[in-house]
Amino acid sequence: MAALSLSSGDVADDLSRYIHAAAGDERRFEIAIKGARCAGCIAKIEGGVKAIAGVSDARLNLSTGKLSVAWHGDTVQPQGILRRVRDLGYAAQPFEAPALLDADAREGRVLLRCLAVAGFGTVFIMGLTDAVWYGADLSPALREGFFWLAAVVSVPVTFYAGQPFFRSAWSVLRHWRTNMDVPISLALVLALGLSLYQTAQHAQDTYFDAAVMLTFLLLVGRYLDFRLRDRARGAAQHLLAMQSLLARRFKPDGSMETVAARELAPGDRIFLATGERLPVNGTLLARGSEADLSLVTGETLPVALAAGASLQAGSIITGAPATLLVTARVEDSLVADLARLLEAGQQTRNRYVNLAEKAARAYVPLVTGLAALVLAGWLLAGAGMAHAVTNAITVLIITCPCALGLAVPAVQVAATSRLFRKGVFVKSGNALERLAEVDVAIFDKTGTLTLGRPVLENGAAIAPDVLQRAALLARGSRHPLARALADAAGSGPMAANVTEYPGAGLEADGRRLGSAAWCGAGDAGQGSGLWFREGDAPPIHFRFKDQIRPEAKALITGLKARKIAVEMLTGDLAGPAGEIAREAGISLWQSQVSPTDKALHLKSYRARGLRTLMVGDGLNDAGALALAHVSAAPGSATDVSQLAADLVLRGDDLGALIEAVDVARKARRLVLQNFGLAALYNVTAIPMAALGMVSPLVAAATMAGSSLLVTLNALRLVRP
Amino acid sequence: MNGMVVVIAAALLMGLGGLGVLLWALSNGQYEDMEGDACRILTDDPADQP
Repeated sequence: MAALSLSSGDVADDLSRYIHAAAGDERRFEIAIKGARCAGCIAKIEGGVKAIAGVSDARLNLSTGKLSVAWHGDTVQPQGILRRVRDLGYAAQPFEAPALLDADAREGRVLLRCLAVAGFGTVFIMGLTDAVWYGADLSPALREGFFWLAAVVSVPVTFYAGQPFFRSAWSVLRHWRTNMDVPISLALVLALGLSLYQTAQHAQDTYFDAAVMLTFLLLVGRYLDFRLRDRARGAAQHLLAMQSLLARRFKPDGSMETVAARELAPGDRIFLATGERLPVNGTLLARGSEADLSLVTGETLPVALAAGASLQAGSIITGAPATLLVTARVEDSLVADLARLLEAGQQTRNRYVNLAEKAARAYVPLVTGLAALVLAGWLLAGAGMAHAVTNAITVLIITCPCALGLAVPAVQVAATSRLFRKGVFVKSGNALERLAEVDVAIFDKTGTLTLGRPVLENGAAIAPDVLQRAALLARGSRHPLARALADAAGSGPMAANVTEYPGAGLEADGRRLGSAAWCGAGDAGQGSGLWFREGDAPPIHFRFKDQIRPEAKALITGLKARKIAVEMLTGDLAGPAGEIAREAGISLWQSQVSPTDKALHLKSYRARGLRTLMVGDGLNDAGALALAHVSAAPGSATDVSQLAADLVLRGDDLGALIEAVDVARKARRLVLQNFGLAALYNVTAIPMAALGMVSPLVAAATMAGSSLLVTLNALRLVRP
Repeated sequence: MNGMVVVIAAALLMGLGGLGVLLWALSNGQYEDMEGDACRILTDDPADQP
């Protein structure tokens, strides 16, 4: 859907609430920038902004697309900065980091710190223990000294760096459940305990190096997994920031200020220029206008509105600029049903058990059972208690699921990074696993299968020179129909003296372009569209229609080839819906479906045990997106839909969905293969450990070896 | 034996030193924008020209 972003930063706006006061009289202002890609962009943007008098610092973070500008006192107007960046040719919006992102950043920092500490410990202790394993002429006293030093370093290192595992293990154990972190934590603690005991007994079999190395390898997998998901979420966040949820509110004195949409309260009066999207529910004040309701209802062509008409959030003003009275806050602007459905969807998602959890559920009892058997076996065979316990613990250490712990993250890292490069942002952790299971794909029509904006329909019937003359006028307007006309005519000049009469049309040099009444076409019953009149010649009618995306047909065919059934649900009328369905090759479709019915439809699929992929962009799809087994939204979708969706597609190429399905299925195969590899390793290692034939050196080598194998297997996904 | 103690102590101190520097770099935001830093090396700094 071509949602037009609100162009804040116009002269009348007050952006003061986006300015943070830093130390002293320093002020900071953050801007999300789109399109900066290279060294030249950095130099251009930073240089351009620093050239503004008073700006003391400007730094662009290329990874996040955020520009941070600093100045002192009240010397600089933020509007000037925004305008400068836009003049340089980049889209820019004031940025407000949500609290959620901060929590993620904190988690990332903790993981990275743990990783650094574990890396240090691994290298240091390996230096010590390698000397013991290979140094034949070490005196027993020196060897024991090495072990004590290893103990002093590895115990604090493991307990500090292992906190992500310990915390996660504790959080599930408290609820009498289990996950992969339980055997990992158990093995870490037991390995350290056994090693301390062995050292005190002047024995040689210590596992200090194995414990620290295990922590390090697992943290590498976990950190990379986090990094990529964080990057995908950040990219999705940036898409949303570019759409901007700002509003222009009237102050009591009649002047305007720019505020974040979620600060609007019922009773506020806001101003929307032509082409802007309404962020909350409201009623039209003063005079009538025209609005594009496609995000709300799925209807593509603009609807005329009288003064006092109530509008839902997501409507786009296409007629005269409007003043509206806010009737609900952002969070209440969703239909109450819809909000409830969103929540219900979130809950069913949380109940989803992913592959790693399934594996852990089978694995934990199996391994602890095995260790108990080994203990009993050695005792029955007449071995001493110390010997039997040592062998049982060795089994637990050797089976510690290092490879199993890496099996899923390694594949996920490979899959998400490949999709990231293709422009598919995977927002939730197990979204790919769910995507691999999909049986039915359900599409919204407007803005998803179609471009979601009107396209000139009768261009062939109109003389090219007439079209060009009409485009001279149309290029000067933001009205969607005028834009569609300008698009159809291609690039070209704009008439110098175009005057726009909101709600009526455009005029220049005796030519008029606009509504039927404006051009004297008389019979307005001919339906909507634009009329063009030159002097006294009879007006010419331009008709418009929403059009199917060029890649839609290939997408539908591709999905069907992958044994995924396809269905279309739309709020639009049966006529246009049937036409689009036929063009796209969809035989199963329903029209005039309300948002609640869409969600109920998804629910019925769930009840029948079918797994659904919902693809939609509008406010009316949000509930269905949340209730689907897995969901995707194009990058132009409304913020609510993007929040509800698991996958967000950058740009407008829906074809990337096919790639996503393929990668998801391949990832699932690789995860299962990895489980197989890890199991194979255990099958060979456990008997050796049970018989007491495993030395710490062998344990360390096989552990690293199996982790490497699993990681290399996952990397096969990176190259197609 | 005495030499061994000195060498091991030195290794430990150097390791901890390296770890300290890395943790400082992390908290100082040195790794915040790897892509941008890779690009910045290409831009000419006017102040550096002779």
